[in-house]
Amino acid sequence: MADIAAHTKSAASQSEAATQDANAAAIAAFEKRNRMGPFMWLPIIWLCIVIALALFAPLLGLLPADEMDFMALKAAPGAADGHLLGTDHLGRDLFSRVIYGGRVSLTVGFAAPAIGVGLGLILGMAAGYYRGWIDDVVGIAIDTWLAIPGLVILLLFAVVFGGSLFMVCLSLGLLFIPTAARITRAATMKYAGREFVLAARAMGASDRRILVKEILPNVIWPLIAFVLIDIPIAIVVEGALSFLGLSVKAPTPSWGGIIAEGREHLESSPHIALIPTAVMFLTVLSFNLVGDTIRRRMSDVREGAI
Amino acid sequence: MRFLLRRFQRLVIVMAAVTFVTFILVNVLPGDVAYEMAGMDASEAEVAEIREEIGLNRPLPIRYLEWVGGVFTGDWGRSFINEEDVWHAITQRFPVSIELMLLAQVMALALAVPMGMISAYRPDSRADRIIAGVAFASVSMPSFMTGLLLIYFFSLTLGWLPATGYEPLSAGLWANLKPMILPALSLALVEWTVLMRTLRAEMIGVLQEDYISLARAKGMSNARILWGHALRPSSFTMLTILGLQVARLMGGTIIIEQIFGIPGVGRLLIHAVYTRDFIVIQGCVTFFALAFVLVNFAVDIAYAWLDPRVRQGGKAHG
Repeated sequence: MADIAAHTKSAASQSEAATQDANAAAIAAFEKRNRMGPFMWLPIIWLCIVIALALFAPLLGLLPADEMDFMALKAAPGAADGHLLGTDHLGRDLFSRVIYGGRVSLTVGFAAPAIGVGLGLILGMAAGYYRGWIDDVVGIAIDTWLAIPGLVILLLFAVVFGGSLFMVCLSLGLLFIPTAARITRAATMKYAGREFVLAARAMGASDRRILVKEILPNVIWPLIAFVLIDIPIAIVVEGALSFLGLSVKAPTPSWGGIIAEGREHLESSPHIALIPTAVMFLTVLSFNLVGDTIRRRMSDVREGAI
Repeated sequence: MRFLLRRFQRLVIVMAAVTFVTFILVNVLPGDVAYEMAGMDASEAEVAEIREEIGLNRPLPIRYLEWVGGVFTGDWGRSFINEEDVWHAITQRFPVSIELMLLAQVMALALAVPMGMISAYRPDSRADRIIAGVAFASVSMPSFMTGLLLIYFFSLTLGWLPATGYEPLSAGLWANLKPMILPALSLALVEWTVLMRTLRAEMIGVLQEDYISLARAKGMSNARILWGHALRPSSFTMLTILGLQVARLMGGTIIIEQIFGIPGVGRLLIHAVYTRDFIVIQGCVTFFALAFVLVNFAVDIAYAWLDPRVRQGGKAHG
């Protein structure tokens, strides 16, 4: 992890021709290994479409997600005019429901990891920098947190705090704290003893200044890779929660919720459950593929491949 | 011994914290169970009476200590909704969840071991890449979606297996296993990938050992080399992960039991969540946490037993 900072600096400092040649060869090999194959650009295209549709959903002139068309109950895709993907058991347009549901899934997918990693960063930096009792308290809190299966914690929170989108993001975000805090703590401890921190302290910098200006820029990089892994996890867990009816409240569509409703009609009209399932699967798969590629690149950089 | 003692101390602190935090969370919130029990059109006085009756208006710390005291003597309280004894409710359903988890792990292993071997036998071959791709897709498919698809294909379209239901073992082994196959498979299809990748990584290393070359030079068949000589030394990390996964599986069983209508602890918890039956929620969360912590404890011990360096703690050399 340390080498990221070292790497950014080293690019400037390595001036000898020999090293540059070696670097060029390594970069070429690296580029070859990580060419943008179809497994990189197809997921990116899919994600762009899904995010754009979710983002601009109100401007697209879609049918309202909760408008019931009693002339077309459980219509198969393409069977009823004006319903591209058909309708559900209440005659609501599936295309708009899936798109509006995507807003929930994607909001949670981005917000929850951001919240969790942000809080984990603060806790981990405090524990790793100050050590002592703060470290002990954070350590025990994390152990406790990890002692309950994640879904159980979320069920508990769903009961206690109810189903607003904000609370779903927050309680899901809390799940990502432990790992983020551990990574940050380890990295912070490593940097806290380094020369540039000692120098800053000798110059009279306050703890807060050292944490923000000296340590934060170094420990934040490994966490960004971590956020990438967390996005699909957050989407999946939100899906599971709303499948159980414990995420956002009923009239608001969400992917898991539509799947749960469609499950009741799996035999007569499977498209109600299968369409959101397919959309969610492709989205999670795409996030996984993109995240994996980026992570591999970052670890190549870290391991000194270039 | 000191290692065990230290782990045990940690276990106690964590359990105390878990139960306390759960207790606070379930008890501080508004809209308590007294309203639920009193019914829709009960007056404030009636609600207060019920609250008095079940002891909801005494101070929180005292109620917590009483409850913890009860936990040690097997008195986990009674359900507010149907008067069922919580400890009895949990222990009665637990074997069902255990069966589901065991079956899922067996299926995951049955998938992971051959696939991991094929992958490790020729890394980067076409077979390896196909397996890696399938694993990637498989891990992007949460178990509730897999479960739904399995129901759609195997129950509704083909009609081979039942979509929901549960039969006790007394009804016969096949009758008991039949409705368990799809739920266990939904869990296994997510879990096998990690096992497969671990086995593959370790086996690639093992296959380069001298004794494998010797076996090959002696003309031993590939299958015999892989199963007889390479599998055992390659599977240590995978077995550790298998232990750790039990903990993760518990989360998975909750939702799978719900989808397939299996009367396990997970279903009990979800039902308690829907009916806001706090004493049952409290009991289930405590139970899950205890099981979770004990499994991890057992994995730690197994690990220390396998690798003496862990026992030494920080003083390890090398």
